[in-house]
Amino acid sequence: MSVLVGRGTKVVVQGITGRDGSFHTRGMLDYGTKVVAGVTPGKGGEEVHSVPVFDSVEEAVAKTGANCSVIYVPAALAQDAIYEAVDSGIPLVVCISEGIPVRDMVEVSAYMRGRGGRLVGPNCPGLISPGSCKVGIMPGTIAKPGKVGVVSRSGTLTYEVVWQLTRAGLGQSTCIGIGGDPIVGTRFADMLSLYEEDRGTEAIVLIGEIGGSDEEDAATLIRRAITKPVVAFIAGQTAPPGKRMGHAGAIVSGGSGTAQEKMARFQEAGIPVAKTPSEIPGLIAAALRPKRKSKLKLVRGKAKRSAPAKASRRRRR
Amino acid sequence: MNLHEYQSKGLFRAAGIPVPPGEVASRVEDALQAAERFGYPVVVKAQVLIGGRGKAGGIKVVRGGEDLSREAGRILGMELRGLKVSRVLITPSADIAREYYAGIVLDRRNEAPLLMVSPAGGIDIEEVARATPEKILRIPIDARGLPTYRARAAARFLDKDPAVQKRIAPILIRLVHAYHVQDATLAEINPLVVTKTGEVLALDAKIVIDDSALDRHPDLAAMRDLSAEDPGEIEARARGLSYVKLDGTIGCVVNGAGLAMATMDLIQFHGGKPANFLDIGGSSNPDKVEAAMHILTGDSRVRAVLFNIFGGITRCDDVARGLLLALDRLKVRIPIVIRLTGTNEREAREILGERGLIALSDMDEAVRAVIARAAEAA
Repeated sequence: MSVLVGRGTKVVVQGITGRDGSFHTRGMLDYGTKVVAGVTPGKGGEEVHSVPVFDSVEEAVAKTGANCSVIYVPAALAQDAIYEAVDSGIPLVVCISEGIPVRDMVEVSAYMRGRGGRLVGPNCPGLISPGSCKVGIMPGTIAKPGKVGVVSRSGTLTYEVVWQLTRAGLGQSTCIGIGGDPIVGTRFADMLSLYEEDRGTEAIVLIGEIGGSDEEDAATLIRRAITKPVVAFIAGQTAPPGKRMGHAGAIVSGGSGTAQEKMARFQEAGIPVAKTPSEIPGLIAAALRPKRKSKLKLVRGKAKRSAPAKASRRRRR
Repeated sequence: MNLHEYQSKGLFRAAGIPVPPGEVASRVEDALQAAERFGYPVVVKAQVLIGGRGKAGGIKVVRGGEDLSREAGRILGMELRGLKVSRVLITPSADIAREYYAGIVLDRRNEAPLLMVSPAGGIDIEEVARATPEKILRIPIDARGLPTYRARAAARFLDKDPAVQKRIAPILIRLVHAYHVQDATLAEINPLVVTKTGEVLALDAKIVIDDSALDRHPDLAAMRDLSAEDPGEIEARARGLSYVKLDGTIGCVVNGAGLAMATMDLIQFHGGKPANFLDIGGSSNPDKVEAAMHILTGDSRVRAVLFNIFGGITRCDDVARGLLLALDRLKVRIPIVIRLTGTNEREAREILGERGLIALSDMDEAVRAVIARAAEAA
């Protein structure tokens, strides 16, 4: 089981004839993803790795039934590519492009409100449901099927954690990089809710970083509505204030958005916070272990999040 | 990209926001001439990209030529938090009756700009938000910009005098408009002052431009002040690397921003101090690796360098080749610890092995190793 992408996902690649688009189309096909179409305006009728290329997303959807788009176009063209995918009725749009101006994303966010359709990214590595489908640029070899959901603002740090989970024998349901920009289409809270509903996910790894308040919002949601165990890690404890750390959204400004603050919020919500990436598999394994009564006390926050208590809270809302 | 006060005021002036006259000087003589044109008293303001210039002694009111020569001479060449002051702004002193705050920022939670105004002007808005949040009026901005009726409401929140309100409202509308058209992520007037004669003026100005939008604003991109930046950071930008200098001894070269931050944190966790943040990016161009080594070996505090590469799109063998290229071209005398995992890891190990270099595969192990090597080298 998985969330967002799986065996039924049919992908259209926007910018398929570009260097990145064609390279990663190969990677997705090799993984077994159903890449059914590509789009590059003016190159309709061509083929890339035997995938038919169309002039527009609308045409690609009409001819192939694509239900997921992945965008590899240059940043200056990305806003239009997102609009085109959304207007063509694609329910899941994954934007890999990095360096999209904030103003463009403010406009996209306002446009998408109330329109249905989900955007993942931009400036993200995409997502993978191990064994069935990968959309984006994640290396497929590091993941294996299982029941841990991984959600992260990063790319290679996600790979590091997924690989460590895999080495520890902990497979994944779906791993997703939601992107390192200040405005992204899918946030931690959205993914937590999806994992909560997914029968194939039993525990969740959340990898946050400095900047913004998405992690804080996630901590609030977990306390309120997530029954599955969550393990958090926050990158950027040593980042100086006021400096952008690579990602456009990774900046401590005006004293807010620090790693320390985010870690404290998770701890207050009873969520174990890994001090290093290599602690994550151990914490997840502990969370997944069948609970014996004598051990209950040792698992932080578990007792108050037991099922009956949660059910009664839900009824009250 | 942060703009200087004088640059921000220039943009405000062009947007129709009243700003006091001012001239930039990098020599005392020029400062004197400017002051004489305006007439004393004038204010001498250090043009550096930090907050709190006044408290640090970078802003002074002067009443005559002698006074000005002394203060301009002192401020020009002084260091404010490590940044050398090479320019001052000379501006006539204003007769201030009241001081307000007006600023617009990106509200990430609402994915839209947010205008904030406060009658508590002249002080840090974060401080006002903490101590007296009721003194801030927040207006979310949508595609309409700032509608006139909301601008009037904000003006009423700030000042009781209807004549002054009439002057403030259009300033707020123009501020919001300027933020939008210039692709800013922050545009701030602090303080927005009412003078004793009832004039309204932007006495200080701060604009931050979205780095991702600079391609469509060549005029703004040209305003970048390279003298205010670390030479390593300038070189990094020119070579397509993302680099932030820190004050530790362990240099790091990492692919990916999140992993680069996690690597810095792990160095500190194991008892070391990171010398930098450096992301060589997703591609695996050997030239970038060489550029990275050039920057790190130019930092005299760096005692050892850690390569932490998780091969996905980045190919480990390309990084290995780049490292050998750097070792051939640069005189590298400091120890290097390499951690490689992922795509083409085996090939990379062979390439490095031929030169007697060993790559580790575990991140914690590599971090402990580089800390030990740095301690030996110190």
